[in-house]
Amino acid sequence: MVRIIDRRFDSKNKSAVNRQRFVRRFKQQIRRAVSDAIQGRSIRDLDNGESVSIPAKDLSEPHFQHGKGGIWEQVFPGNDQFSTGDQVKRPQSGGGGGGGGGKASKDGESEDDFVFQLSREEFLDIFFDDLALPNLVRTQLARVTDFKTQRAGFTSTGVPANINIVRSMRSALGRRLALGSPYSARLRELQQAVDEAIAIHGEDSDEVRQLRDELGRLRAKIDAIPFIDSFDLRYNNRVKIPLPTTQAVMFCVMDVSGSMDEEKKSTAKRFFMLLYLFLNRTYEHIEVVFIRHHTVAKETDEDEFFHSRESGGTVVSSALVLMRDIIRERYAGGQWNIYGAQASDGDNWDNDSPICRDILSSEILPWCQYFAYIEITPGEPQNLWREYTKLIGTSPSFAMQRIESPADIYPVFRELFKKSLA
Amino acid sequence: MKRDLKPQPLPSGSEWSFESIDRYHAEIARVAAAYKLDTYPVQIEIITAEQMMDAYASVGMPVNYHHWSFGKHFLSTEKGYRRGQMGLAYEIVINSNPCIAYLMEENTLPMQGLVIAHAAYGHNSFFKGNYLFRTWTNADAIIDYLIFARNYIARCEERYGEEDVELLLDSCHALMSLGVDRYRRPPKLSLAKEKMRQQEREEYLQTQVNDLWRTLPVHEARGGAAQESRFPDEPEENLLYFIEKNAPLLDPWQREIVRIVRKIAQYFFPQRQTQVMNEGWATYWHYTLLNTLYDEGLLSDSFMLEFLQSHTNVVYQPPYNVRWYNGINPYALGFAMWTDIRRICENPTDEDREWFPEIAGSDWQDTFDFAMRNFKDESFIAQYLSPKVMRDFRMFAILDDEHEQSLKVSAIHDDSGFRRVREILSEHYNLGSREPNIQVWNVDLRGDRSLTLRHQAWRKRPLGDTTTEVMKHIARLWGFTVRLESVDEQGTVELINETRLEKRKTRD
Repeated sequence: MVRIIDRRFDSKNKSAVNRQRFVRRFKQQIRRAVSDAIQGRSIRDLDNGESVSIPAKDLSEPHFQHGKGGIWEQVFPGNDQFSTGDQVKRPQSGGGGGGGGGKASKDGESEDDFVFQLSREEFLDIFFDDLALPNLVRTQLARVTDFKTQRAGFTSTGVPANINIVRSMRSALGRRLALGSPYSARLRELQQAVDEAIAIHGEDSDEVRQLRDELGRLRAKIDAIPFIDSFDLRYNNRVKIPLPTTQAVMFCVMDVSGSMDEEKKSTAKRFFMLLYLFLNRTYEHIEVVFIRHHTVAKETDEDEFFHSRESGGTVVSSALVLMRDIIRERYAGGQWNIYGAQASDGDNWDNDSPICRDILSSEILPWCQYFAYIEITPGEPQNLWREYTKLIGTSPSFAMQRIESPADIYPVFRELFKKSLA
Repeated sequence: MKRDLKPQPLPSGSEWSFESIDRYHAEIARVAAAYKLDTYPVQIEIITAEQMMDAYASVGMPVNYHHWSFGKHFLSTEKGYRRGQMGLAYEIVINSNPCIAYLMEENTLPMQGLVIAHAAYGHNSFFKGNYLFRTWTNADAIIDYLIFARNYIARCEERYGEEDVELLLDSCHALMSLGVDRYRRPPKLSLAKEKMRQQEREEYLQTQVNDLWRTLPVHEARGGAAQESRFPDEPEENLLYFIEKNAPLLDPWQREIVRIVRKIAQYFFPQRQTQVMNEGWATYWHYTLLNTLYDEGLLSDSFMLEFLQSHTNVVYQPPYNVRWYNGINPYALGFAMWTDIRRICENPTDEDREWFPEIAGSDWQDTFDFAMRNFKDESFIAQYLSPKVMRDFRMFAILDDEHEQSLKVSAIHDDSGFRRVREILSEHYNLGSREPNIQVWNVDLRGDRSLTLRHQAWRKRPLGDTTTEVMKHIARLWGFTVRLESVDEQGTVELINETRLEKRKTRD
């Protein structure tokens, strides 16, 4: 009798619009909070959302209110000690408004910051908001969408070349069975009747002949059901799906010589992860190549890249040569967007640095969308830095930065990939 | 009443189903009818917790226009809920015809039963009976009006940009509590009329406003300044109404939005005035209806235990000196008062005969009906708060005068204090003194078109820190300088805020 309406499956997220508006309106504050949060936490959990706190006064919705002061007379419950005329010491704070003022509570608790949870998407959106990879626009504009065809079940229409024999025969068989079944049932009955008639009347009687005629007619009817009909035909279905051509490969090149201590490595790691995350948002498919080097370079997997210990001198060029070779071997042909990120403490074998510069400028940079070098050192710039400085300006796709402490990573990252207006 | 001879117990257990909700509803409706509760037809809607938060964020309405502040409320509700700090409200009930009661899918069967009794019969009958709701709100039209409002505002956003609409709404929201008619009776809302009249109103209003200013240059003569008349002639309490009709620079669509916010503020005005009565009434009835069903043998003991646990949580009143004390709990006070009224009717003591000669020993259902229909919190407490309830709550009054060194206990729950405590508590629920009294005083028609507001200070209470912000919003709506004066009890006028704004309107 009563009307019960199940609304559970109605549109969810009715408030999504309001939520978006909220985020948009307080973008400045949220962005600041996000950037603070990045400083504070490990880059490793960049994949999570973030709880963001905004000073409550920034988003207050003001109304006319009574302030503190004046005369208030209020009723409270739970009298345990007072009688009329008692004088009571004024509570330290908040008592003045006594609740009549609204916000002020008994123990003087003030309004807290407004804290809420950003989802991972919102968080990253804001985090990457004004970052864009250099040359990205160019690559994206030039992007040609390739398609590849993929099987997608069967259809009842198509071109003869796509006929699927097995499926077609199966449905023909099914149809024949379905259409013929009433006749078959009758056929069985008649057969039985014939057998009985023969037993009673003998082979040559009229009844038997009559029944046999009928049997013959039925068989003819069953035979008249077409063996295959256009209705039965099934065709292989193939659909085109867009093939991501925006694929990128990211080279992580890191010095693991004795002078790179764990702290420097972890700084470098954060840098790589940030770069990876950003590329991840931009490209549909990313390969990562890890190259570690001391005096010789080696391609490793991620775990070994960061965790195994090695020591010894430093020949940076070995890594660049390996990177060049890998590019030629696997990523040539313009199908790949190539990004390089090199992290080092800048300590190199003196004679090697000019070689590095040569390899970089003539054999790597022309292929790269972007190559970033970060030097993790608290002190003076080292010889590799000095050599690399000469490259600045010769290629638009080269950038370098120095990082002194882990706290510098985020600003450096922004600096490196800041939106190029050109 | 025709009933089966042996009553069929209602389904027990905690899992609900549509059939069990239907059966509970049928039984509750039967008992409610036996108690002569007059209600709108009921429509029960099952929703998820998230939808509950949605509804919660948009001030409990099933449809509303979009605004960031609703998003903010949603986020804070969601946070509280996720962390388990706060249970969601069990119920939201919408004062509409049919009366919509939301049941949350997470609730157990006893909770659903409780909500049906509380919302669909308690609140529902209050909405239908109470004079404030009868005169101020129109249950038949509210949903339609909200749909109209949402579509209208969405259209404005398309045409004039989300940002402009948002700023306008911000300003209107700031004035929402001053956007109600406290004394005048509003005309009824109706969607059809509303739509038809909206167009006319747009054009008509604009000509009106322009006329107001077009006549200006004619009055060059400045003689007789002493007897200069004010505009408006009488102070206007409804700021949003005044702005809608008179703000010189608003476009027609902006006036319409001001009107929408004003109408919605007006719709919620009765709810703010009847918290204690309304919640107390609903609590009293869910308690009574379910207990009646239990007495008839329809409810299991396990149901009653769960129900009583929620019920006692709801009506708990913490004393003033615990940390979680947060004012007087309207559910507790309201429930205690209604229960006490019934007691006075059925088992009056000598004290009751002295205090309530007109209801002591009368028929409790008639008394209930009369009280529910004709009062709001302020008058309800002034009329019906009995010495027994004051004693039970151990109420005492504190006088806090900022010029005094210490607070003074001005009255307690004893013979000499009952009347005083009751008076103060009643005053506490008087919205007129709870919120600052600010009215439109004058518009400088002949000069800079500035708007002057007057704050009638009451018991020397100053305005809060938010004043400057709100004044900026008023200035944005008015388009010219806005002043705020404060008048104290001696009649001394003092200028407390002036927000200058010279907005040049660019016509495109």
